[in-house]
Amino acid sequence: MTAAPLDKPMNLDKAHLSHTAVFWTGFCAVMAALIAAPLVLPVFWSGFLTEILIWGLLAMSSDLLIGYTGMVSFGHSAFFGLGMYGAAAALIIVKPANLWLAILFGLGGAAGAALFVAYFSTRLRDIYFAITTLIFSQIFYVIIFTWTAVTGGENGLIFDRPHFTIPFIVNVSFNSRTMHWFVLAVVTGSYLILRRVTQSPFGMVLQSIRENEARTRAIGYPVERYKIVSVMLSGLFAGLAGVLYAVQKEFAAPDFVYFLTSGEAVIYNVLGGIGTLIGPIVGAGFFQLMRQLLSEWFGDQFPYLIPLGIIFVAMIIFLPQGLLGFARRWLNR
Amino acid sequence: MTAAAVSADPLVRVEDVHTYYGKSHILHGVSLEVGAGEVVGLLGRNGVGKSTTLKTIMGLVQPSRGSVQLAGAPITGLPPHKLARLGISYVPEDRRIFRLLTVMENLRTGFDRHGVTEEKRKALLDKVFTYFPVLAERRGQAGGTLSGGEQQMLAIARAMMLEPRIVLLDEPTEGLMPRMVSQIRQIIDVLHSEGIAILLVEQNVPLTLQASQRVYIMEKGSVRHHCAASAIDVNDAVIKQYLGV
Amino acid sequence: MGAVGQFFQSIPIDLLIIQTVNGIVTGMILALVASGLTLIFGIMDVVNFAHGELFMLGAYMGVIAFAATGNFWLALALSALIIGIFGAALQIVTLRPLIGRDPLNTILATFGVSLILQNYALWQFGPVARKISEPISAEFTLFYLQYPWYRIAIAALSGAIIGSLYLFLKFSKFGVWIRATTQDRVMAQAMGIPVPLVYTGVFALGAAMAAASGVLFAPFGGVDYSMGLQWVLEAFIVVVVGGMGNLGGSIVAAIFISLLEAYAAVWLDPSQAVIVSFVVLILTLLFRPTGLFATPK
Repeated sequence: MTAAPLDKPMNLDKAHLSHTAVFWTGFCAVMAALIAAPLVLPVFWSGFLTEILIWGLLAMSSDLLIGYTGMVSFGHSAFFGLGMYGAAAALIIVKPANLWLAILFGLGGAAGAALFVAYFSTRLRDIYFAITTLIFSQIFYVIIFTWTAVTGGENGLIFDRPHFTIPFIVNVSFNSRTMHWFVLAVVTGSYLILRRVTQSPFGMVLQSIRENEARTRAIGYPVERYKIVSVMLSGLFAGLAGVLYAVQKEFAAPDFVYFLTSGEAVIYNVLGGIGTLIGPIVGAGFFQLMRQLLSEWFGDQFPYLIPLGIIFVAMIIFLPQGLLGFARRWLNR
Repeated sequence: MTAAAVSADPLVRVEDVHTYYGKSHILHGVSLEVGAGEVVGLLGRNGVGKSTTLKTIMGLVQPSRGSVQLAGAPITGLPPHKLARLGISYVPEDRRIFRLLTVMENLRTGFDRHGVTEEKRKALLDKVFTYFPVLAERRGQAGGTLSGGEQQMLAIARAMMLEPRIVLLDEPTEGLMPRMVSQIRQIIDVLHSEGIAILLVEQNVPLTLQASQRVYIMEKGSVRHHCAASAIDVNDAVIKQYLGV
Repeated sequence: MGAVGQFFQSIPIDLLIIQTVNGIVTGMILALVASGLTLIFGIMDVVNFAHGELFMLGAYMGVIAFAATGNFWLALALSALIIGIFGAALQIVTLRPLIGRDPLNTILATFGVSLILQNYALWQFGPVARKISEPISAEFTLFYLQYPWYRIAIAALSGAIIGSLYLFLKFSKFGVWIRATTQDRVMAQAMGIPVPLVYTGVFALGAAMAAASGVLFAPFGGVDYSMGLQWVLEAFIVVVVGGMGNLGGSIVAAIFISLLEAYAAVWLDPSQAVIVSFVVLILTLLFRPTGLFATPK
């Protein structure tokens, strides 16, 4: 306390500035690489990267719930699936196929599912919530699987990719490059939004709920409302991932609504590091890359989920903070 | 205030133990000893760390520094179930008997051990039922249906089933009627007469001074005073200093 | 009155009775699977996602043991024993390191294990379903059906196993240890009960029961790598509806849900009948979240 106090504020600013500088430099570097990717990589790998981004978005949305609010949910397959089918509905029913309408329908579908889950999130804790969200995924799966007339049942739905349109300005069809850039833009935008959210006072309350829900409630925060908003946000971004997937792949299938998809999202979270937002994307990348490599080295029939599953369980035991977990504090400043 | 002489290798020795609950530093270097067959009292106001000391000896909390020894052998870090088998019994605050188990089943958790023959079992039960006839009457009843005093007796009887060398008693008279307090005194005497050592944590100063051979007084996580129980009485300055309101 | 009367007249009574029998049979197997699950949760606070895979591996083990010995009942016992030991090993390797940590970790770990085991089974045994022939091939006439005695035997045997579990918990030394540990883990330790061993033992017990259910079910429905998934979902519903940790409750819930599904199958497609269990779950969570059949403590 006797050291010259004038020094202190400046030092803090310096540290803060250097952190911000490092973060954004890193961010720009990564962005540059991702933008350049389709120009440099062969088509297969470029498309592969695009898919990783989409799964990454799904995992990021799951991280909001697990990593920041402390609620384990296996319901993301429902959000993802409804986003996918919502988009499919727009693209099939409304002609000419409109990208923005697809996004709207998809988000609407996901929001509906999220509302359902959000209601229960406020009345159930922990394990009950996790099991219930799992069962909700299954409810949606059964409905989609059996309501063949509307959803195409087992075979899913096929449709055409819409054009990228801005009224009066642009109307082009996507090729794999522009599709990649579009997905990249959406995912990056989502990341920045989620980052803003988690660093805002709202995000701080969410984290406080994760740390100690009872205490947060005792302080006076309406915990239920925060949880509902968190689930809705999470559901919307997961639905957005579903829309992107539908648009990129041009089909919708019930397999994605099966709870295993949520399971995979959670695996990406754990692998990459929960509570980091970027971690899940890295986790998705790691997982998909390993899977691709394993099938190239050992053949298509190789049960890649065995070694990956073992890595997953080993990480939970020995490295629960995930690959990027060491940087968690740093990433959240 | 002369400390009573303690044998070279006491039954339980706690040496410079520091214990934390999360970030709270509860025990700041506690040291004490209990000789074989001795009754030792541990006095102090609420929250000074008396219960934590017992829990550290019982292995229910791990000290971050310091050691606990049983008959010279280090036991720090051993899990509680091993310590129970080595001869340390614990009777916690609010008794904590198994409410949904019957009286008999509660006792059973103590004598269902390796090395207890049918005869030994009968002998233990007979002994305990002689001391606590009320337990014999209620042997088929669920623990939760017993009164406070009866639960305390069950907790002690259950601890005796382990044939301990030392019993850690945490506030046995708390919440009991005055009539029961003298019963607790009798039980302590009985245990003592069987050669079982007792480390007695209590708020009831007169009882502690009467029943113990030596007392330690704690404040703010460490031992501040140590003397023979006969050397002080309730009105002593030391008592007023560390236990006065 | 006319429409209602017509509705009731149109229900074939014999079909209802057949479905009642079917519902009870399925319910008993489900009860056996669910009791292992609720036992593990009640005592260790572990949500064992891999339970369905233990069921599945038990069935495969039964197929192998049956091929080796030719005796169904021997295969049943061997499978339960082997999977029980496997369950113990699993618990020691993956769950013991997680004791004391956030329960979120065990959900994720058992989920990971379930993925590993499922894919292992797919890799090892292939996608084609296996079959064991029924040990009792006699049938009796139930209305217009030739109903296999074997199904009745399954229900009876499941009941017997659950009954033995109950007696074991009530009277044996280990049973007392388990009940004491469930009520107060700390004091159980202070009484010399080796709690880590109790946990492993309970997990092994749950695994053995799941394996036994798998073998019992095998002649009924065939054995394939994904059979665990369907059962574990229903088992979880049963456990929640019956009250987590409540053995009696989960048995009643299992039969209740299975009966409802069996009746629903009269009008609905079997793959849709499962919605009944979902509805029951949601109603339970809305109105009695601690369990429909939970006894107030």
